[in-house]
Amino acid sequence: MNRVNAVVAAVGARVVGGVWRLGFAARFFLVMVKHSPTAFRRFHLTVREIYFAGVLSLIIILVSGLFVGMVLGLQGYDTLARYGSSEALGVLVALSLVRELGPVVAALLFASRAGSAITAEIGLMKATEQLDAMEMMAVDPVARVVAPRFWGGVLSMPLLAALFSAMGIFGGYLVGVVLIGVDVGQFWSQMQSAVDFREDVVNGVIKSVVFGIAVTWIAVFEGYDAPPTAEGVSGATTRTVVTSALAVLALDFVLTAFMFRGVR
Amino acid sequence: MVTADNIVEIRDLSFGYEEAREVLSGINLVIPRGKVVAIMGQSGCGKTTLLRMIAGALRPSKGEVLAFGQRVDRMSQDELYALRRRMSMLFQFGALFTDMSTFDNVAFQMREHTGLDEPLIRDLVLMKLHAVGLRGAAQLMPSELSGGMARRVALARAIALDPELMMYDEPFAGLDPISLGVIGQLVRRLNDALGATSIVVTHDVQESLKIVDYIYFVADGRIVAQGTAEEVRASRAPYVHQFVWGEADGPVPFQYPAADYREDLLGVRAS
Repeated sequence: MNRVNAVVAAVGARVVGGVWRLGFAARFFLVMVKHSPTAFRRFHLTVREIYFAGVLSLIIILVSGLFVGMVLGLQGYDTLARYGSSEALGVLVALSLVRELGPVVAALLFASRAGSAITAEIGLMKATEQLDAMEMMAVDPVARVVAPRFWGGVLSMPLLAALFSAMGIFGGYLVGVVLIGVDVGQFWSQMQSAVDFREDVVNGVIKSVVFGIAVTWIAVFEGYDAPPTAEGVSGATTRTVVTSALAVLALDFVLTAFMFRGVR
Repeated sequence: MVTADNIVEIRDLSFGYEEAREVLSGINLVIPRGKVVAIMGQSGCGKTTLLRMIAGALRPSKGEVLAFGQRVDRMSQDELYALRRRMSMLFQFGALFTDMSTFDNVAFQMREHTGLDEPLIRDLVLMKLHAVGLRGAAQLMPSELSGGMARRVALARAIALDPELMMYDEPFAGLDPISLGVIGQLVRRLNDALGATSIVVTHDVQESLKIVDYIYFVADGRIVAQGTAEEVRASRAPYVHQFVWGEADGPVPFQYPAADYREDLLGVRAS
């Protein structure tokens, strides 16, 4: 009986702990929003973070986008050719990228490239008392350190997703048209007529904005909440990547359920 | 007891991170204007906690903390930030911002809190760096500085806005003898030149006895002794004597409380 009690207590403690942390994260979000005007009033702070989170992620985003598009071209052609509609390759590549793969894969890459860096940087600043020092100088670290990083990430994410999709479509073109020989006019014109701006492109952008908020929020919170030790920071960095990935995939399902219901 | 000449007053203060275990209990102390006062004690005796309470980063569970005649323990966040512009703290390992150069570190508070022009800030920063002997290192990054240099840059940053109260958290920890002497002299000279008041939390007896005016000894969360440097050197009180002369055993035992040694090794009950 005691063992059962212990198990129930342990599960209960984990659940309560999780709810507490969620509450802290929500309050942290509100504080961050409250201090956001600083991030825009002193926009050079945010620009610096856009450089670190966005520009430095460009290589991984562009190269991955190209390869994902090329794979889509190969796989898509193989399947479409069975139904004799290989000219629709452009539509398949563009829709898969703009609606799903662009925002989702870019967000996953962004979480592992930029999110982990944000967590590690804030966590180490905390561990080396830099945040305490800032507070002692009457400068709020949430306003000076956290808010610019948050907005830097949120602004970068949709741009990265767009570039990912653009590179992917180019990759699909390379494989489909240049390599396999799908008709170039068909490739582009079918894509143009089938991809709807409001339904597909805007929904994809909305997704990438939501993912950007989720990933960057998780990254700054984990960094700020990290225990100030080497072990604590490494644990927080891992949690950022894992939690972000799960959050992106779960949010993607919810958003897709709302956006694309087969009703036109 | 309440006089305008005391920059900091602590009355009957108690504090514990957990309710059951008090880190500090019944602390009373005053820091008079213009003096350099040391708070000494072993590592982990609650000295740093005391500093954080003076700065309002922690709130006492009982008692009062007054700085510049105001109750720190009742202040709102905005009032605390206003108070902290009049004080400054040197952290144990400097806590320099690693993403900024030495120059930008020292300029940080000026840029955050004043509307000064960049040319004026440049002159002020160079003056502060000159005061700690590191004007030539202005463009170096913190990772390029030695431990002693980093501590001096942090000191220049701490005095950037000419604070009325300086707090030093273990300023001598981990320094070579030369850097130790330099930092010690700087603490004293800057205090007198700025007309400031200083609190030095330390366990480095020999270095601090050279520069401080008054000393409080903290042990087990209480103030166990106090006096001027001469009084402390001459003290016959067992704890002070052990601490000042660095004896291994005394009122503070060498051994951490443990089960009987014989029993532990041989597994037999001591007779």
